[in-house]
Amino acid sequence: MAASLSSIAHGLAGGVMIGCAAAAMLLLLGRVAGVSSLTAQAFWLSNQGSRLVATAFVIGLPAGAALAKFAGAPVEASFPSIPYLVIGGLFVGFGARLGSGCTSGHGVCGVSRLSNRSLLATAVFMATGMLTVAAMRASGALS
Amino acid sequence: MIRAALLALACGLVFGAGLAISGMTNPARVMGFLDIFGAFDPTLAFVMLGALAPMSVAWRLKARLERPLAAQKFSVPTATVLDASLVVGAVLFGVGWGIAGLCPGPALANLALSPLPAAVFVSAMACGMALYRMLRPNAPSTPQKQK
Repeated sequence: MAASLSSIAHGLAGGVMIGCAAAAMLLLLGRVAGVSSLTAQAFWLSNQGSRLVATAFVIGLPAGAALAKFAGAPVEASFPSIPYLVIGGLFVGFGARLGSGCTSGHGVCGVSRLSNRSLLATAVFMATGMLTVAAMRASGALS
Repeated sequence: MIRAALLALACGLVFGAGLAISGMTNPARVMGFLDIFGAFDPTLAFVMLGALAPMSVAWRLKARLERPLAAQKFSVPTATVLDASLVVGAVLFGVGWGIAGLCPGPALANLALSPLPAAVFVSAMACGMALYRMLRPNAPSTPQKQK
């Protein structure tokens, strides 16, 4: 997808909303808005935290996206085929749990805290994500 | 408890709306950011910048608070050790992120926008999380600081 002034402006605006939501989660509820951890708690796959709070947050994600679409946000998307979704999902779920976080918990909440663990994890998953896409491009898996 | 759940729901709503508005619910755009040897798309970096700004302020404010405004205590990660689990987990996470162009937040938000592919990814992601729990049933979701 080509970036444009519009995509960058939308990215910044959406990013600020994500950051404000994570800030509210921290200052109001004392919790880090790490989506993989909250999802594991909501799906009964973790012993930690309040399941009610986690479930409420997780339900809010699709509901908020639906509201944004209803309000006219451009939400066109193109997805990879099913095998990529399945394999990618398995890796993302397992890796996020083993590595104690994902793009939100490490990438946003941890990096802004200058946590050494999150800075390392974010650098590593961005690097392996880029390597993976480069490998897919080299092998012709990307059109 | 009900108040905490409603506040968390509100946070999730704003977070999910932000994901949709930012374009991060579009896997093609995320893959574009990771595609540094192809059609690189820097949008994700601006999303990160936008999100990091309020969160940086939030951590400073948190340092001045005895407890959260609407909960009993702060419950934030305290680990500082750089261990193999962290690195291997991040490696695997990055590989999956690159393969599908989705991470947990956008995948869940997409349940409302593109239900079919999102449901496939979220189901597989839950299986990956369940597999981790089977292999490490007693592991806390974040290692605690050694006292």
